[in-house]
Amino acid sequence: MELKLPIYLDNNATTPMDPRVLETMLPYFTDNFGNAASRNHPFGWAAEEAVDYAREQVANLIGADPKEIIFTSGATEADNLGIKGIFEMYASKGNHIITCTTEHKAVLDTCKHLEKLGAQVTYLEVLPDGMIDLAALENAITDNTILIAIMYGNNEIGVVQPVKEISAIARKHNVLFFTDGTQAVGKIPVDVIADGIDLMAFTAHKMYGPKGIGALYVRRKNPRVKVTAQMDGGGHERSMRSGTLNVPGIVGFGKAAEICKNEMAAEAARLSILRDKLENALLQLEESYLNGHKENRLPHTTNISFKYVEGEGLLMGFNKNIALSSGSACTSASLEPSYVLKALGLGDDLAHSSLRFGLGRFTTEDQVDYTIKAISDTVNKLREMSPLWEMFKEGIDLNSIEWAHH
Amino acid sequence: MAYSEKVIDHYSNPKNVGTLDKSKNNVGTGLVGAPECGDVMRLQIEVNEEGVISDAKFKTFGCGSAIASSSLATEWLKGKSIDEAIAIDNMDIVEELNLPPVKIHCSVLAEDAIKAAINDYRVKNGLPALEEAKH
Ligand SMILES: Cc1ncc(COP(=O)(O)O)c(C=O)c1O
Ligand code: FES
Repeated sequence: MELKLPIYLDNNATTPMDPRVLETMLPYFTDNFGNAASRNHPFGWAAEEAVDYAREQVANLIGADPKEIIFTSGATEADNLGIKGIFEMYASKGNHIITCTTEHKAVLDTCKHLEKLGAQVTYLEVLPDGMIDLAALENAITDNTILIAIMYGNNEIGVVQPVKEISAIARKHNVLFFTDGTQAVGKIPVDVIADGIDLMAFTAHKMYGPKGIGALYVRRKNPRVKVTAQMDGGGHERSMRSGTLNVPGIVGFGKAAEICKNEMAAEAARLSILRDKLENALLQLEESYLNGHKENRLPHTTNISFKYVEGEGLLMGFNKNIALSSGSACTSASLEPSYVLKALGLGDDLAHSSLRFGLGRFTTEDQVDYTIKAISDTVNKLREMSPLWEMFKEGIDLNSIEWAHH
Repeated sequence: MAYSEKVIDHYSNPKNVGTLDKSKNNVGTGLVGAPECGDVMRLQIEVNEEGVISDAKFKTFGCGSAIASSSLATEWLKGKSIDEAIAIDNMDIVEELNLPPVKIHCSVLAEDAIKAAINDYRVKNGLPALEEAKH
């Protein structure tokens, strides 16, 4: 069969919707258009019933009780609601939050915002493999600490944090544990009870569901956790998030969660084989380096730096045919290369030279083979054009050169 | 971001990639940019007895626009006198390649590389360096 281009390998940015999800959603745009809060007629009842069912599907995926699911517009909103909501609700207990430098901006910028409102935030550095240093985490806890916010799986490097160990530390010190589960939920087993999670943000569009719908899990027992609403209004979602429910989105989220639950094990096994094939082949190239921990990570993600070629120039070699993202940001929107890679201690040169691969449900082996060839060819071609590669080959230490910074 | 046809063409078929013997007196080498900034350009000119640039080569670590800017610059340099070469302005490159505003710095780098190569040639041949490039 002929390979269809372009190939999509940016599944950590967003996933395509599964056609089964779309099919489930469609009636809720037309025939079943009711407002789930309309208690007095069949249109409302149908919508409410659909939402209840989807809430169960979503809760099932993460081992939660349906009442613990607060629907939001996505993970960004859930990150905001979880962290700001705890800061407000537990203000009398303390004002200290612990997070880490490789979090998504939705967490980091929320914490920065809270600092302006009087929060004290510790941004833990990660180890060179992207993992949290558990001893440093425990040491950072003070009498004022109310929340630990550490992500489950990283969006750029796929590193999965030791969530059980983190929650045990949180529990021991009577601190709440929030995790951004956006990249992990639906991809690897996440169980809020076994993992000891108190709050978790996640989103449908990273698990083959629609964009614009996500959830915050808020634990109701041992301990009972509450967040202050950040969106006031009609008192929806147990008053924690007002706003008419996005019924088709929620229905799609539910279906997506159900499919993930049923197919996760097989999908993860299949994707990790493809990912390893891709990764091993690309690491065969001279001077290419894996970023992040090799074992503790999501099965569908890899991040590789190709030293002496620049990421954006590299992407240009194949981005008509392969959709990927790069850690380079030499596009003046932000002149900084990926802060996640820099947090691992990578020099700017290696950070500029990185590619992130996110495989997904619809990735095939043919696509992986095509990608291996296209990237290897482009790396080799660009290195022939790279003055840095030439210097490296001549044994010149690049650090010995006085570069003209601008 | 979509690239212009011309950028894509230079990127896919770069002109004058290579290395000249930098120890020779009639070869000027300009190395500008920095690996940490994500762009390094090396541009070299070879000048004949009449003071005309007889050959030009580049190697660039950078985005597609930086590669295209340096490829174009080497094409323009060949056959020019040093004085004509000095007059090449980065905005000429921007115009020729249709570079969007965020890519202007790639063309600036090419202009800087030209000036640096000329200066290297001048200094090697006992001439004073030009004034600092304007960037
Ligand atoms: C780790 C992480 N958190 C949060 C988000 C934001 O999710 P959303 O697009 O649903 O707001 C993303 C996706 O970009 C992510 O990868
Ligand atoms: S070299 Fe920086 S964007 Fe072109």
